[in-house]
Amino acid sequence: MATAHQPFTTAPHKPAAAAVDGAVDTTVLESAFDAAVAADERIEPRDWMPDAYRATLVRQIAQHAHSEIIGMQPEANWITRAPSLRRKAILMAKVQDEAGHGLYLYSAAETLGASRDDLLDKLHSGRQKYSSIFNYPTLTWADVGAIGWLVDGAAITNQVPLCRCSYGPYARAMVRVCKEESFHQRQGYELLLALSRGTEAQHAMAQDAVDRWWWPSLMMFGPPDAESSHSEQSMTWKIKRHSNDELRQRFVDICVPQAESLGLTLPDPDLKWNEERGQHDFGPIDWSEFWSVLKGNGPCNDQRITQRRRAHEEGAWVREAAAAYAAKQSERKEATA
Amino acid sequence: MTPTPTTPAPSATEAAPAATPAPDAPAVHTAALALGDDALVLSHRLGEWAGHAPVLEEEVALANIALDLLGQARVLLSLAGDEDELAYLREERSFRNLQLVEQPNGDFAHTIARQLYFSVYQNLMYGQLAATDSPLAPLAAKAVKEVAYHQDHAEQWTLRLGDGTAESHERMQRGVDALWRFTGEMFAPVAGLDLDREALREQWTATVTAVLQKATLTVPEGPQSGAWTAGAGREGLHTESFGRMLAEMQHLHRSHPGASW
Repeated sequence: MATAHQPFTTAPHKPAAAAVDGAVDTTVLESAFDAAVAADERIEPRDWMPDAYRATLVRQIAQHAHSEIIGMQPEANWITRAPSLRRKAILMAKVQDEAGHGLYLYSAAETLGASRDDLLDKLHSGRQKYSSIFNYPTLTWADVGAIGWLVDGAAITNQVPLCRCSYGPYARAMVRVCKEESFHQRQGYELLLALSRGTEAQHAMAQDAVDRWWWPSLMMFGPPDAESSHSEQSMTWKIKRHSNDELRQRFVDICVPQAESLGLTLPDPDLKWNEERGQHDFGPIDWSEFWSVLKGNGPCNDQRITQRRRAHEEGAWVREAAAAYAAKQSERKEATA
Repeated sequence: MTPTPTTPAPSATEAAPAATPAPDAPAVHTAALALGDDALVLSHRLGEWAGHAPVLEEEVALANIALDLLGQARVLLSLAGDEDELAYLREERSFRNLQLVEQPNGDFAHTIARQLYFSVYQNLMYGQLAATDSPLAPLAAKAVKEVAYHQDHAEQWTLRLGDGTAESHERMQRGVDALWRFTGEMFAPVAGLDLDREALREQWTATVTAVLQKATLTVPEGPQSGAWTAGAGREGLHTESFGRMLAEMQHLHRSHPGASW
């Protein structure tokens, strides 16, 4: 259970980081930490935690934050071409939400001692990753709908369990993120529905987008369980609560009836209901594509990171000006104090 | 084709759709179109920043301002006709926005200079309009609250950039200077807008002067209008980059005549 901590206090069985010195046996701290996680209590920033737990969280939260800000690009690509003012407003609000998610997530990473600047440097230099899905291009307006329906849908399937993640600030950030993501997912579905029921050309545009986004969306859950490198430890720490394959299956089962309602076909001839399993069977995923995109060979890897770097570099003088102005202001305040 | 469920514009009217108000359309249509086009075009320009802002907080802020303006545009255009027909099916010469708002973004300082000039104008103009019995008064009363934040945002950044580093000072001065010649048009008469234009000009000048001086910037001394290229947007004369902006904005809508989105 999450507990609201007062400053400088902590639950008796969860030693505060401040209390730790060389004399304390870390095995005592570690077993208290393990007990707290096992009891489904939330770990808070002031609590002691194993270095590897901290590092895993920083890596995962940073990757998530990076995905939000890189993910703005493929959708922002259509803001200036949105075909109605209503759709334009929805899309702008969505891209803005993503920037907001980036902000909460970088803040969550900062509670673990990371700094946003440092994490951004790691993104820009390729030392940290973002979700590979954003290395695919948005070629038509329907792609905006497919991203909302499938990509945000997959993200929600992945992220809802994170609302119960053992690390408090991340879990709380995810509650808010998930609420906004489900809104985006409904908007994407509704956009595709309008196209699917529209003119022949609009319907074809929607089908083409679903054809291109379906498989990459299934890859968003990560490699099959047998090949997932971080899974086991993350499950024990309750950072992760379901396996990649479990979540992927859940997503497929959710999408099949939605595709039917949309009047669109999922591009998988092997997709069918399996009475025995009570789940859908689906065809094999081309993991060579996944690994290739992950290694930097996707259609937009270079473009995305180049744009991100350029925005950052071109904004350097603005950030320097803001810092210089703030310094002058505090000097002036001191001078008049 | 099955009609698709759509939510109405913030205050859609029952007015018959018209690509451009007829010559004998009420003056209030002319006013709604002028102010609506200002909001629509500036919102579009700000939307171009998405994914390119200098810092994450500004991604949120610029999008927020763009969304406020788009909301205003939708109400105003719906008062003049059908919002999408007006936005997507008019030619460049039928747009009635100020040339100021169509100016390309330039660097962040240039965008901030445009924001400062326009938000101070919009704040004063909506403030006056809200106190009249114009059919636009309710929109103005709501929008003036949003615009007060836009002005604050622009002022804060003008101070940071003007009084920040040598580079930011120079860039900010360049932006302020370059856009100055587009500011006179804001004080020209618009049919259907019964405003005290002299007060508008005086207050605008006083506010902008105070902000620029506080930001250690020089208030430009050049003309605020003159040649027809500097400030004839209300008559449908625009600058070269505007045609490209419209081409991008209207392309998809125009490629599917009669389609619903």
